[in-house]
Amino acid sequence: MKLKSILAGAALAMTAATGTLAETTKVGFVYVGPVGDGGWTYEHDKGREAVVAAFGDKVETMYVESVPEGPDAERVMTDMALKGADLIFTTSFGYMDQTINVAAKFPNVKFEHATGYKQSDNVSVYSARFYEGRAVQGHIAGHMTKSNIVGYIGSFPIPEVIRGINAAYIHAKEVNPDVQFKIIWAYTWFDPTKEADAAKVLIEQGADVVLQHTDSTAPQAAAQAAGNVITFGQASDMAAYGPKPRVSSIIDNWGPYYIARTQAVMDGTWASTSTWDGIGAGMVGIGEITSAVPAGVKASAEALRDSLADGSYHTFTGPLNKQDGSVWLKAGETAADYGDEGLASMGFYLEGLDSEVPN
Amino acid sequence: MLRLEKRPDPSKTWGYLAPVLAVIATMIGGGVMFALLGKDPFEAIRTIFYDPLFSEFAWYYRPQLLIKGAPLILIAIGLSMGFRAGIWNIGAEGQYIIGAICGAGAALAVYPLESALVFPVMILCGAIGGFAWSMIPAILKIKFGTNEILVSLMLVYVAEQLLASMSLGLMKNPEGFGFPGSRNLQQYASAHNAELWTGTGIHLGVVFALIAVIFSYIMLARHQMGFHIRLTGESPKAAKFAGVNPNKVVIYCLGFSGALAGLAGMFEVAGPSGQISIDFNVGYGFTAIIVAFLGRLDPFGILLAGLLMALTYIGGEIAQSSLGLPSAAIQAFQGMLLFFLLALDMLTNFKIKRTNTEVRI
Repeated sequence: MKLKSILAGAALAMTAATGTLAETTKVGFVYVGPVGDGGWTYEHDKGREAVVAAFGDKVETMYVESVPEGPDAERVMTDMALKGADLIFTTSFGYMDQTINVAAKFPNVKFEHATGYKQSDNVSVYSARFYEGRAVQGHIAGHMTKSNIVGYIGSFPIPEVIRGINAAYIHAKEVNPDVQFKIIWAYTWFDPTKEADAAKVLIEQGADVVLQHTDSTAPQAAAQAAGNVITFGQASDMAAYGPKPRVSSIIDNWGPYYIARTQAVMDGTWASTSTWDGIGAGMVGIGEITSAVPAGVKASAEALRDSLADGSYHTFTGPLNKQDGSVWLKAGETAADYGDEGLASMGFYLEGLDSEVPN
Repeated sequence: MLRLEKRPDPSKTWGYLAPVLAVIATMIGGGVMFALLGKDPFEAIRTIFYDPLFSEFAWYYRPQLLIKGAPLILIAIGLSMGFRAGIWNIGAEGQYIIGAICGAGAALAVYPLESALVFPVMILCGAIGGFAWSMIPAILKIKFGTNEILVSLMLVYVAEQLLASMSLGLMKNPEGFGFPGSRNLQQYASAHNAELWTGTGIHLGVVFALIAVIFSYIMLARHQMGFHIRLTGESPKAAKFAGVNPNKVVIYCLGFSGALAGLAGMFEVAGPSGQISIDFNVGYGFTAIIVAFLGRLDPFGILLAGLLMALTYIGGEIAQSSLGLPSAAIQAFQGMLLFFLLALDMLTNFKIKRTNTEVRI
């Protein structure tokens, strides 16, 4: 009797185990904010939903939101790995060392870390070339500004954000040589109060275009209240503020990548890679350009978008000088991704910007 | 009708009973909330309170309780001293940050020197950093009569800005490709606050937390300063007649809590966290206030309360990933704990009486 029940139990366990192996792939997601933030985490969670929609019963997803970047993240990842996750997406730069630590303990689990630079046998890194979207924004901003003052709300002075400022600035100046950028650092990714204050200050200083590299819709609301100011959605479409102030947006579109990586785990073809995709691969989306933008500007912005997408044009194409006047890229040269002066670690402004990178 | 009548002396029974009842009430209230969210309340409560201790993976969660609980206990012990004397240090979060910056700063300044002296110096710097930060509200209070609640709280935001500045500037990892955040101290052997025994979760911060518990127990029970603190809190007038110097009590209470918070920050940055980063602080300084009250400002009570709080964090995360509970529900659940505790605390100081005035023969 006893032996029989043990055997029965073992058989049951076997079916369960093989069942899991053959049937469902477990995918975990670690989020830095709440899924309802309307920006960064919201878009990652839409990516998760896309995975569920694509694979149905064949996947089981789990997520934990608002995970602080530190030992808590390490615990959450370990917990997911212990529960049998096959693939774990860690969706914030601050999870970098934790991801590497946990991955070393679970060599059979695959990890995908967003926006970092540390890889290992079972850790891939992925990020999006948001700066391509910034080029399109800068182009529209340069055309649309009447005061020739463009406001920019920065989050933190890190390469990602500095790249965005440079990309927007050179494309605004290209169509409007008199354009000036005023930059305010909010030192936050998501704080509606601070973001609204920053937008109001910029508008008071004469900005009639406000670009933001923070995730809330507060700057949109501030621009709407002020009247003749235009804005761009950040991270998510923010279409609710269209057709004005929001005239277009940069949309993070993680779904296709998440589906492809999950598929790779299912097929057993997953390998550690470094992915940095832009408009062309669909990782960066340009939200609809609204009727508030003249047809001619809309057409040239879309042409710029398409040339970035098909690779015929690079956002940073020389001649481009650094702020101090020294040469960064010679005529016709395009920026390298890595290296001392590469895009990945960009820490300097380009010629013409009159503020300084805070240090 | 029911009426509240003040007890001549706080009830001892209720003092011990209130936290226990608060936990039970939280389980019931939380269970109702989880049920309303469409989850099985029994499974949710079991996941939060039982799974971290006794489930299949408890071998991993149990040490995590110590890692999560140690900073809470260390900070709460310090805070409880002041709270007993009616000195309200709300800014432990800031002192925690400054302790971490000073401790990590000491290590990064001598990197890559390997020496047995590095870690003791870091401990000292961490404690001094937290102490110095808490002296700002202390001295302002003594000299100008400012309110230490406001000053210490505001200094948290100053400390956060300083932390961001350090992660982006002075302490930025020179090999970090321009990304924010310092070197990882876990990879710097002399500065690493490693586990003393692998797999137990016990690092030096856990040991310090236990020492702090015992120290503050002896202090309150046996030492003159402990007596002065208790007297100041219970009866400021009597304290004055007894010759207690109120300024000394302010300096001592704020300084002690600041130093312990600084130590907690230093042990965290050198161990579990590993690096100074913009989002290094995760609210231990504020949660410790709840822990101090949940533990009745009693050293051993705080020890238990810190572990209980750590349990709700760890269990809460497990519930999120396995049951799909939103993190806001977990936070509301933790909030309920304090809410019920404060509500039930009333019974320590008040009796419920009927107000009908029928004459008995």
